[in-house]
Amino acid sequence: MIADGVEDEEKWLAAGIAGLQQNAFYMHRALDSNNLRDALKYSAQMLSELRTSRLSPHKYYELYMRAFDELRKLEMFFKEETRRGCSIIDLYELVQHAGNILPRLYLLCTVGSVYIKSKEAPAKDVLKDLVEMCRGIQNPVRGLFLRSYLAQVSRDKLPDIGSEYEGDADTVVDAVEFVLQNFTEMNKLWVRMQQQGPAREKEKREKERSELRDLVGKNLHVLSQIEGVDLDMYKDTVLPRILEQVVNCKDELAQYYLMDCIIQVFPDEYHLQTLDVLLGAFPQLQPTVDIKTVLSRLMERLSNYAASSADVLPEFLQVEAFLKLNNAIGKVIEAQPDMPILGVITLYSSLLTFTLHVHPDRLDYADQVLGACVRKLSGKGKLEDNKATKQIVALLSAPLEKYNDIVTALKLSNYPRVMEYLDSETNKVMATVIIQSIMKNKTHISTADRVEALFELIKGLIKDLDGTLDDEVDEDDFKEEQNSVSRLIQMLYNDDPEEMFKIICTVRKHILAGGPKRLSFTVPPLVFSSLKLVRQLQGREENPFGEEESTTPKKIFQLLNQTVETLSNVPAPELALQLYLQCAEAANDCDLEPVAYEFFTQAYILYEEEISDSRAQVTAIHLIIGTLQRMHVFGVENRDTLTHKATGYSAKLLKKPDQCRAVYACSHLFWVDDQDNVKDGERVLLCLKRALRIANAAQQMSNAARGSTGSVTLFVEILNKYLYFFEKGNPQITVAAIQSLLELITTEMQSDSSTPDPAADAFFASTLRYIEFQKQKGGAVGEKYEPIKV
Amino acid sequence: MNFLIGAFKPACNISITFSDGKSRKQENGQTVMVPLFQSQENIAGKISIEPFQGKKIEHNGVKVELLGQIEMYFDRGNFYDFTSLVRELDVPGDIYERKTYPFEFSTVEMPYETYNGVNVRLRYVLKVTVSRNYGGSIVEYQDFMVRNYSPAPSINNSIKMEVGIEDCLHIEFEYNKSKYHLKDVIIGKIYFLLVRIKIKNMDLEIRRRESTGSGANTHVETETLAKFELMDGAPVRGESIPIRLFLSPYELTPTHRNINNKFSVKYYLNLVLVDEEDRRYFKQQEITIYRLQDS
Repeated sequence: MIADGVEDEEKWLAAGIAGLQQNAFYMHRALDSNNLRDALKYSAQMLSELRTSRLSPHKYYELYMRAFDELRKLEMFFKEETRRGCSIIDLYELVQHAGNILPRLYLLCTVGSVYIKSKEAPAKDVLKDLVEMCRGIQNPVRGLFLRSYLAQVSRDKLPDIGSEYEGDADTVVDAVEFVLQNFTEMNKLWVRMQQQGPAREKEKREKERSELRDLVGKNLHVLSQIEGVDLDMYKDTVLPRILEQVVNCKDELAQYYLMDCIIQVFPDEYHLQTLDVLLGAFPQLQPTVDIKTVLSRLMERLSNYAASSADVLPEFLQVEAFLKLNNAIGKVIEAQPDMPILGVITLYSSLLTFTLHVHPDRLDYADQVLGACVRKLSGKGKLEDNKATKQIVALLSAPLEKYNDIVTALKLSNYPRVMEYLDSETNKVMATVIIQSIMKNKTHISTADRVEALFELIKGLIKDLDGTLDDEVDEDDFKEEQNSVSRLIQMLYNDDPEEMFKIICTVRKHILAGGPKRLSFTVPPLVFSSLKLVRQLQGREENPFGEEESTTPKKIFQLLNQTVETLSNVPAPELALQLYLQCAEAANDCDLEPVAYEFFTQAYILYEEEISDSRAQVTAIHLIIGTLQRMHVFGVENRDTLTHKATGYSAKLLKKPDQCRAVYACSHLFWVDDQDNVKDGERVLLCLKRALRIANAAQQMSNAARGSTGSVTLFVEILNKYLYFFEKGNPQITVAAIQSLLELITTEMQSDSSTPDPAADAFFASTLRYIEFQKQKGGAVGEKYEPIKV
Repeated sequence: MNFLIGAFKPACNISITFSDGKSRKQENGQTVMVPLFQSQENIAGKISIEPFQGKKIEHNGVKVELLGQIEMYFDRGNFYDFTSLVRELDVPGDIYERKTYPFEFSTVEMPYETYNGVNVRLRYVLKVTVSRNYGGSIVEYQDFMVRNYSPAPSINNSIKMEVGIEDCLHIEFEYNKSKYHLKDVIIGKIYFLLVRIKIKNMDLEIRRRESTGSGANTHVETETLAKFELMDGAPVRGESIPIRLFLSPYELTPTHRNINNKFSVKYYLNLVLVDEEDRRYFKQQEITIYRLQDS
């Protein structure tokens, strides 16, 4: 059936076009032979094709456009005809003899256009007559097209200010009156379309109506183009008349489209000056009209206008734009109790954008908007609607974008209350947005209070909110989130140690609530942040007044100790170990021996009890050795204990090469170049010898297991250690020892069973080159090296 | 056979010419152009009688008559002369050669206009009769037209009326006058008070009602002279549709009321509304048409 309908329509259109073309052909012939009578006859017949009721607006338009083109030719002919002496008034009468109204009115409009151009009658009189006569067409589609034809031909002939058709005083009023009247009539026809025809075709009709809407809206566009419509006239005549029509037509589609049209076609400053009137219309619209979109667009436009130039801002203040909009939104929401929450949020979000642009200094306004939003949301629980939550994110992001400063947002007391209504997923998104904003703008958050508020805002990331199932969270996303939190922690900073300490305490309080999963991400930045504070304190002069300072390194270390301890719950022993060592080093710098010792103890305990993986052990032991080597705060006894332990650990590593490397690394614990009390050549040698033994053992093991001796790398490495201590002047390292090691390596390399290892060969070769180089350097070093024979 | 033709041939040629024939306005009679007069004019001219060569006409007198006649088509051949004026042109005698007689009817009263209707005709004619004893009289006719002009009426009220079908359709219409001249324009409007039917379109018709005879023999003929579309589509309550109908394109005559008790010609405006099921709703109003002197 439907397919048939479409096919039929095509057929009817084709027939219509054919009829039109045929009559147009005869009309052209009449025009060519200057036969007015025939021209009128055939043009009327041609226009009769437009009387059809069978075409949809879309197809009708096609037919109309063809007729339109033909009418242009006819208009030219009429113009020539008047030049040839035919009175335009007679012509104006003559075309009205046509018996059918539609062709008659098309012809009348065409001649009317020539009439106005001839200036034999005031434009306003002709226009008034035309717009009145067009009432004869009450069929919506035909009427709309006819009136749109009228609007089209009259467009350049309105008695506007500065137009050649301007008559005596105040003719612009006539121009406006004309357009308004045409607009009103067109809108009535357009609205009427909805009510005619069977109810089951409602949707189809709505579609058809949408296709026609621009014909109606065009009038508003024309109005906005009339020079003479100044603010006063707009305020007193144009806007009230349009709104009257919009409100009274009680049609959803028309109201939505026309309100939007008004907002789009007229200048922003007009809107600003007539806000009362414009906004007053909104609550009167049908409850089904999508007011939020329209109002949002209005606010968007005004926001852009405000942003366009600082000069216009006083206008906004003068008309109290914010208050008016706020009131209007309140009323609209009240008037439409069924409005979905999405609509409400959209409205508030637009209002917020608006106030941020227009009144950046009035934080209370922004807070007021958020407050209103909270009131509306209260009692609805968490939002389920996806779009609505998205809108809230937009709402909450707006202040951040505007101020580029979270500090400002933190002053908005209602901000966190709005966030309450987000589900935890969105809460996280929002928190990420906030953190990104801080990162981007390098916002400086410097008081504990603000930190407190900030963490309240981003708590979605800091801890598990109710109802979140862990397994839903994507691992990568989680990491990403927590990384951003760690970055954030690094950004919190205050020069005043007191305040900084408070900040640290606050952050600590929050992150400890975050559960084991988060701690490994959040603890390190906190530790480093604290250590930074320690360094800062350490760099200070002693308090000259001897006053009791609340923030002392000691206190911080206590806190740190407790903080790092929490990682044991995670568990993350390697991380904790690293942090303990960092702390120990910081304590070392502060000359706090007991504290440093305590940290080391903790690290050792972890090593012994928690770190069982051999690879992790290797890493850990090297870290311990490295840190311990740098410690200068320890007394002989403590140091002995610790080094002894470290050496012990080294010898107990699983793999021989690892053992070997750890042991020769331990040699450094006994010989610190810039510490005169730690230069125990004997024990260095012991370590190295032990390393050699282990290397040997490794070699043999390899031989036994695989039938080939392993690489000589370990020997070369040990050789390098020898050379290092030799150079540093360790008396226990003799030329002979080096000499024998060199030989050992050479022998090993030439041995049949050895596996060729280019890397080791290169390493050895470059070591030899180094010795050669040192020899050639001459001086004390050269002398020292001289006895070594390569 | 020639002799036979000769026998039926008229014995002479009569021609009637009007004294201002060349300058007088001509009007389209039914088939030929004829001179146009109005009441109270002098109708003067010449009549010349020219016998065919070599023949003489013996007659009992020559006269010219001015006749105003009403002719009913259903009563063919029965003319009713409402005006009859006679001028004797010649006493009985013989005419040997072309002879011309001037004639004049001065300030002739011709109250009625020439009219060609469906069932009735009103005409003015000059009839020249050459009476003969034998062979029958020779008669020649010359038609002329009469048109009478009226001044604009001093009282010319508008026609205004509210009509309707209960709970269905209520309209109020207004025509600016009740009397229109032939080149007039009807201005008016239709105001819809209540519309419960689906109207498709609305036309204004001009109808001529010609009634002839009287009593039981009355014949009425109605013609629609104009069908003028006023509105296309269905209006809603409160719509006001303008009317502007130029009368000049239509062939109207003035209204004739009871012409010599023989016939009347009346004009009506018929407002017709057609609904989607092609039902017609109409209201007819009489208007008076008159002939206004061209200025």
